[in-house]
Amino acid sequence: MWTAKRMPKMTAEAPLPGAKASTRRLKLEWLLAPLMLALAILLWDALVRWQQYPSFILPAPALVARKFATVLRDGSLWYHTQLTLLEIFAGMGLGLSCALVLGYFLAKSRRMERLLSPYLVAAQAVPIIALAPLLVIWIRSPGLSKVLIVALTIFFAALINTIVGIRSVQPDLVSLMHSLQASRWQILTKLEIPAAMPVLLGGLKIGVTLAVIGAVVAEFVGADRGLGYLINLARGILDTPLLFVALATLIIIAVLLYAVVSLLEHKLLAWQRIQ
Amino acid sequence: MSRQDGLSTAAAPPPVAVEPMQQAAASPAGGAWLAAEQIERQYDAPSANDAPPTRALASTSLRVDAGEFVCVVGPSGCGKTTLLRILGGLLRPTRGQVIFKGKLLTGPQQEIGYVFQHANLMPWRTVLRNVALPLELQHRPAEEIQARAQAVLKLVGLQGFEHSYPRQLSGGMAQRAALARTLVHAPELLLLDEPFGALDAITRERMNLELLGIRQAYACTAIMVTHSISEAVFLADRVLVMSQRPGRIVAQIAVPLPSPRTLELMGAADFASLTSEVRRAIDRQQA
Repeated sequence: MWTAKRMPKMTAEAPLPGAKASTRRLKLEWLLAPLMLALAILLWDALVRWQQYPSFILPAPALVARKFATVLRDGSLWYHTQLTLLEIFAGMGLGLSCALVLGYFLAKSRRMERLLSPYLVAAQAVPIIALAPLLVIWIRSPGLSKVLIVALTIFFAALINTIVGIRSVQPDLVSLMHSLQASRWQILTKLEIPAAMPVLLGGLKIGVTLAVIGAVVAEFVGADRGLGYLINLARGILDTPLLFVALATLIIIAVLLYAVVSLLEHKLLAWQRIQ
Repeated sequence: MSRQDGLSTAAAPPPVAVEPMQQAAASPAGGAWLAAEQIERQYDAPSANDAPPTRALASTSLRVDAGEFVCVVGPSGCGKTTLLRILGGLLRPTRGQVIFKGKLLTGPQQEIGYVFQHANLMPWRTVLRNVALPLELQHRPAEEIQARAQAVLKLVGLQGFEHSYPRQLSGGMAQRAALARTLVHAPELLLLDEPFGALDAITRERMNLELLGIRQAYACTAIMVTHSISEAVFLADRVLVMSQRPGRIVAQIAVPLPSPRTLELMGAADFASLTSEVRRAIDRQQA
């Protein structure tokens, strides 16, 4: 699994000039993303000026920026972001730990997988947005119900990745560990976890973005605080610039979380980039 | 390579008349260092249907003395690997038993080192940390691990590659690293499952020569599975010939060649007559 996946970008280049060229290209890549963003904002601004949209349909970028500065200064943006972040982290913690433990046992036992997988797939087939109101009714604590919704949103992707990751361990390496009389725990920590790591981190990348969606869904269903609530509120009072601010904040959260996982991948899977 | 020529004075085993071994003539393992007694192995069909189980290994007995180098040759798929896995305690025989140093073998032992067909290195560990793995699993102190891993890497000619990753090694180097990993915990019995099968002929010959030197340095007993007849004759004190599946040992041929063996030996008349001896034993099977 790990050999085929994620080959480094700098292939088939002589070590010295190649390294230089690739750092130059890396710099260019870093510049490209902000440039694209600037271009998109310019186009957006041009569109608003040309079509003369009222601000409740499409506010100009400058208007959104002013709104952003206002809610940032009066602390209301942080007040809502804080709770959404908390829900994301708690939900991911819960969802990931359940998926890792259950996924490990399902990967080990085909029989258990056959027994449970129809229910797991059925649970996944029910849209989380349809399930969320039920969870809010059943669970008294509003905080807990939101954490649970986030956990459920990421659970399936994390579970499948855990199963695939653990099953990607080469049987001969397991034989090797047996021949060296490794304990169950040693096989887990020194073989299965490192071998599954590329797939697990891939799953985590999907998971962080799903968690942001889950938190918003949970807040849509019933909340008096959080970015999802803020979106609902802004829509209600036709404050479209505020809606844009909430959306932008969600995007920033997702991109930052994704970047953190990518960084983790870069550190943990350094061996994959060796030529 | 450090070949310790001073150690090579051990007398070659006496020439034994070549004769087909009596099938299943298992005498009790009176004092043999390693003895397999009428071991058999079946594999169940993958799905629990009416399909009959596959017999990989028919009733097989063998005895190996301490210090011997035994090679097992036979057609591919004849159960050589199954036999070796049973001797290593990695696989339980369906019937029969293995006695190792007077005790019933029930699982892998620290005294038994196993070298797999493929180098089987962990791609996320450096060569040094791959070689250190057996000692790490035994919770040895870090300095000891470091020293022993470095020493054994030097022995197999991999000094300078300690911090390389397996993907940076050639096939021969990877197999050297695998050998080093097995040697690092100084096993008394070395089980080798076609370790050089994937290497080119020239590398393979050099590895064979080095293996002989290493075995002398460590004074360990070795059983190696191969399908190269010349490799078997070059390395072994005794060659066992297996039949097609379900495998059993059909002949054993002693190799009374002088002990510090060199590659020139392969051109000698004795060598040629021994290889044709082995080839005839295999052909008798297939006819």
